[in-house]
Amino acid sequence: MRNFFHLIQFEIRALLISPATYVAATLSMLMMGFFYFLSLVTMAEAPQDELPSAIFFRFFLFPVVLFVPMLTMRSIAGERRQGTLATLMTTPVNAATVVLSKFIAAYLFYLGLWIIAIAYPLITAAVLPSTEFQRLILDLGTLIGGYSFIACTGLLFVAIGIFTSSLTRSQLVAGMLSFSIIFLLIVGVTSLSYLGTGFGELNTTLQNTFHYLAAFDHYSDAVHGLLDTRPLVYYISAAALVLGLATLVVESKT
Amino acid sequence: MTQLVHSIEARNLTKSYSEVPAITDLSFTVAPGEVVGFLGPNGAGKSTTLRILSGLLRANKGEAYIQGISVARYPERIKPLIGYMPENNPLPDDLRVIEYLKHRAHLKGLRGKKCRDRVESVLEQCDLARTVRRKLIGALSKGFRQRVGIADAILAEPAVTILDEPTIGLDPHQIIQIRKLIERLRGRSTIILSSHILAEVEVSCDRVIIINQGHIVASGTPHELRTEFFPKREFMLQAQVSSTALRQALQPFGDSITISERSNPLRTIEEHWPYYQLSLPKQSSIQSDQLLQTLTQNNISIREIHLHQPTLEDIFFAATKRSWELEIKSNQATNGTAPKETTPPDPS
Repeated sequence: MRNFFHLIQFEIRALLISPATYVAATLSMLMMGFFYFLSLVTMAEAPQDELPSAIFFRFFLFPVVLFVPMLTMRSIAGERRQGTLATLMTTPVNAATVVLSKFIAAYLFYLGLWIIAIAYPLITAAVLPSTEFQRLILDLGTLIGGYSFIACTGLLFVAIGIFTSSLTRSQLVAGMLSFSIIFLLIVGVTSLSYLGTGFGELNTTLQNTFHYLAAFDHYSDAVHGLLDTRPLVYYISAAALVLGLATLVVESKT
Repeated sequence: MTQLVHSIEARNLTKSYSEVPAITDLSFTVAPGEVVGFLGPNGAGKSTTLRILSGLLRANKGEAYIQGISVARYPERIKPLIGYMPENNPLPDDLRVIEYLKHRAHLKGLRGKKCRDRVESVLEQCDLARTVRRKLIGALSKGFRQRVGIADAILAEPAVTILDEPTIGLDPHQIIQIRKLIERLRGRSTIILSSHILAEVEVSCDRVIIINQGHIVASGTPHELRTEFFPKREFMLQAQVSSTALRQALQPFGDSITISERSNPLRTIEEHWPYYQLSLPKQSSIQSDQLLQTLTQNNISIREIHLHQPTLEDIFFAATKRSWELEIKSNQATNGTAPKETTPPDPS
């Protein structure tokens, strides 16, 4: 267990000194800033049903598909390419500890980036004269809902990044794989859930399944204050499954 | 009755990569405290064997034991017992030497004062303390990188140290330093090391295992291997004499001396002086001074005569050549033809 915490520290340090982390974080922050600005402009132009924070969280796809692959692609692929994974595996640590420590370090970074993004509503609220506007901008329910959604989905997305990194020695391939899988999981599944009818009962079952898996549906519930445990179970169990697969890959390919 | 537990035991290890056998039925033991050299040409299966011993690879057949514990069945019990330096010595370039060793010490279960003491101790032992302790590993020369790898391997004072090509790419000064380091470890840890530098192995190791095409082709102390592969005493003679005249001059010693002409190994200015190899049975009592006396009595001008001591290199070539010959014979017996890759390498 002490090795586990030591490895988490080591991985966080490795992420902190990696230029790729800062490039990814900067790009993601710029992107988030742009989308927050867009949500404010949208609200200023015409009355909206949703608060600016809710509109902002709708764009979660873009920072996620950019940041997660860049954050995780190096984790195992880089070590395998360098050969340091083999030396690590000769010490008294097992594959599960290695995978889990890399996951936790990357996940904490992922959360950290989103936490920094709270500066956007805070800055906006600080420059707005009206307390009514300030209340709308800093609506606690939307923020808690949005961040719960981000924390939940992040479990699965970061786990996917770690898993794809375990599959190959090439960081580029790992990054592209995780980008594709996360994109398909967010956009593809949501699109499938809105497919037209025509297959009767089977279609309803499929639609229900896709709705259960669709991240955009979960987002919508979360920012409107509906904290459902079903998506939580889905993201935690899927992340555990993906990390389990990554562990098996590390064990078999070291 | 107590039974001797070998530090390392390989029992019928077999490993194939996509149907291509890397090692076949490999068995050997290493006694506690022994320093064993693992020799073989490229692709002989040295690294595969060492990776199986360190638990990184699983054998298709057979089993490896470290201090009597199965590597495959109890990897968590094996890991604290071994220190492993892989081939090419992979190290993280973005860490400082001291940071890396502290990190590895933590992973190996060393904490607090013991961690600090051991890190300082290996820094001193590997001559890293005053020179590069705070340097980034990525900025180190090959020699220092190798020393960092060895420092890591011996960090937790393992019962068994496995070093895969520890002297590869080092200059002679650095090789001597690594040799001294291995000498300091003698008795404290059982060491198995693979190397291409045969003279290095001969100096550092108590015993040598020569492997070729995944099979052990020779095993024993350098003395035992000399007796096995070079059963005759050999004198090298450089003299201005024809082989017929030499044969006549050595007639008093009977048929026990076999004479064969050799090319001059040094290619000196006296290249035109013929070079001869005189082979005698091991039990023969003929000494070089007797030979010298006989030759001078026959008015033969001699530039040099010395007893030739076969080097490990000679043994290595003899052992690998014998294995190639056996392979050719076995292939001819089964297929009727020799496979095209069975041309033995030319030792010269």
